[in-house]
Amino acid sequence: MSVKLSPPDSPVRRPALGAGSRPRRAGRPGPGVLASFIAPSLVLFLLFVILPVLFAAYVSFFRWNGLGGVPTDFVGLDNFRAMLGDEVFLGDLWRLGLIVVLSILVQLPLAFGLAMLLHQRFPGRTAFRLLFFVPYVLTEAVTAVLFRLVFSPRRGFADSIMANLGIDAQIGWLSDRDIVLFVIFGILTWKFFGFHMILFLAGRQNIPDELYEAAAIDGATGAQAFRSITLPLMGPTVRLIIFLSVIGTVQLFDLVYVLTGGGPFHASETLAITMYEQGFQRGQIGYASALSIAMFLVSLVFALFYQRLVLSRDLKGSLTTAGGNRS
Amino acid sequence: MKVITRRARFLRNTGFYVAAFITLIFVATPILFALLGGFKDNQQLRENALGLPSPWNVANYTDVLASDSFWRQVFSSVFIALVTTFLVVGCSAMVAFVFARFAFRGREGLFTLFAAGMMFPFAVAVLPLFIILRTFELLNSPLGVILPQAAFGLPITIIILRTFFRSIPGEVEEAATIDGAGPWLFFTRILLPMARPVLATVSVLALVGSWNSFLLPLVVLQKPTWWTLPLGVTQFSGQYASDTAKVLAFVMLAMLPALLFYAFAERHLISGLTSGSTKG
Repeated sequence: MSVKLSPPDSPVRRPALGAGSRPRRAGRPGPGVLASFIAPSLVLFLLFVILPVLFAAYVSFFRWNGLGGVPTDFVGLDNFRAMLGDEVFLGDLWRLGLIVVLSILVQLPLAFGLAMLLHQRFPGRTAFRLLFFVPYVLTEAVTAVLFRLVFSPRRGFADSIMANLGIDAQIGWLSDRDIVLFVIFGILTWKFFGFHMILFLAGRQNIPDELYEAAAIDGATGAQAFRSITLPLMGPTVRLIIFLSVIGTVQLFDLVYVLTGGGPFHASETLAITMYEQGFQRGQIGYASALSIAMFLVSLVFALFYQRLVLSRDLKGSLTTAGGNRS
Repeated sequence: MKVITRRARFLRNTGFYVAAFITLIFVATPILFALLGGFKDNQQLRENALGLPSPWNVANYTDVLASDSFWRQVFSSVFIALVTTFLVVGCSAMVAFVFARFAFRGREGLFTLFAAGMMFPFAVAVLPLFIILRTFELLNSPLGVILPQAAFGLPITIIILRTFFRSIPGEVEEAATIDGAGPWLFFTRILLPMARPVLATVSVLALVGSWNSFLLPLVVLQKPTWWTLPLGVTQFSGQYASDTAKVLAFVMLAMLPALLFYAFAERHLISGLTSGSTKG
């Protein structure tokens, strides 16, 4: 990361020492020792991270049902061409964008507001902070089973609550194509706002009190201090959270797969679900590999642009870079 | 003036509590639904969805707790999480130590390679992983889950540990060398004990990641022998689709370990999870 903590002076810059020189610190171990420290990680990493990713890239140029050793039916860019005409895939991208926009418009302000609230001193705030984080520690797949029952059809729990509020309609929470995505967004908010809130809280705590004291001495009102100190200095945290939630949304699988399987009629499908369905249910390994590569490219392109355009200015040692207090 | 301040403070606090309690209701309702629903029977769930159970019915919970499959899944989840954590933290610590303390040709390139692993969403690799694991005959084996999980945990763990190892002053190492300790002895006897807090952080990260993992076990563990809890819960909810109360009890019991862990290790958990995502 960007934090440079006095690295130990490197042995390379030292003049070579002949035999019989004074004992050095663990100094320069032989290549054998180095290799034995590196090998376990490297083997694991090459075998289970690099190899699969390269393999996916390779297979994406073939038509292959996954049987019989290696793919042989080379089709060039056909899989990618097919993808661009695949309404499900294009729909995945649209839904991805929609969830990201909703997160930024709804989830983030909510988490931000709660963080500002819990930053104030009032009795019980620690308890609230702990409780709000609870959904985040639960397993996504288990949460999804729970919410499938909450939103179960024909007088499920959610229907009962609505009836109690005087709205006696049976809503197809998870079966209506027009609302299923919003229900999922609600569940995502339930699951993740606590995490974002904690990040915001950390960001807020990193703003030195002196700034507010100085502002107060200059006669600034609370609202002015908020607008001129809090908001700009929370910028890096906001940008970090947007980054995390986009990258997370690209990979969204567990929750939606267990909740709806991507249905009804693909109305809640995600990139990862389309890939899973094509690969594991229909045996279209080549096409599914192309989809995984697309998923990778979407996050890569986003990450590169975002780093370049947005995050780069946070790397100049701003005192509020989220996590900057840890080294 | 003073009266107004006190009144303003009262209003302010009331506002806080209203907002906080509304959020709390939002957070707690689904969990209470599972907890209380597990104590109802299905008729109560239909007719008295919102009220307290009456009578309280423990059969759902005791049925789940008496079933072999539940405990087998708990065991699988714990076993896979522990071995994954041990593997990823052990391997990462070794390589992070070398990255942090020694200069050698190709060090930066190698580090960049590992760090680039952060860029690969796990879902990208799951399909080829399946084929690779099938070739190695690791399907339906816990190792088929453990090895890829550990491999995908390496980048973040190495990055966090390397940063910490670099912060330990060179004098510590010099002193150890003068006393005759080689790299291995220095690493195991001095560096690792010094790194206990950061090791706790990365362990929590690996444990939670493994405990929550779903896609990989779903693909690898096709036979129920080694099913982890997330797989067990989803399968159970399909099998007992009409017995909502029992599924709720199962869901509640499956959430319990995470809740207990959070209750006892809340500080480690929060710092681990947040540093995991802000380190990238």
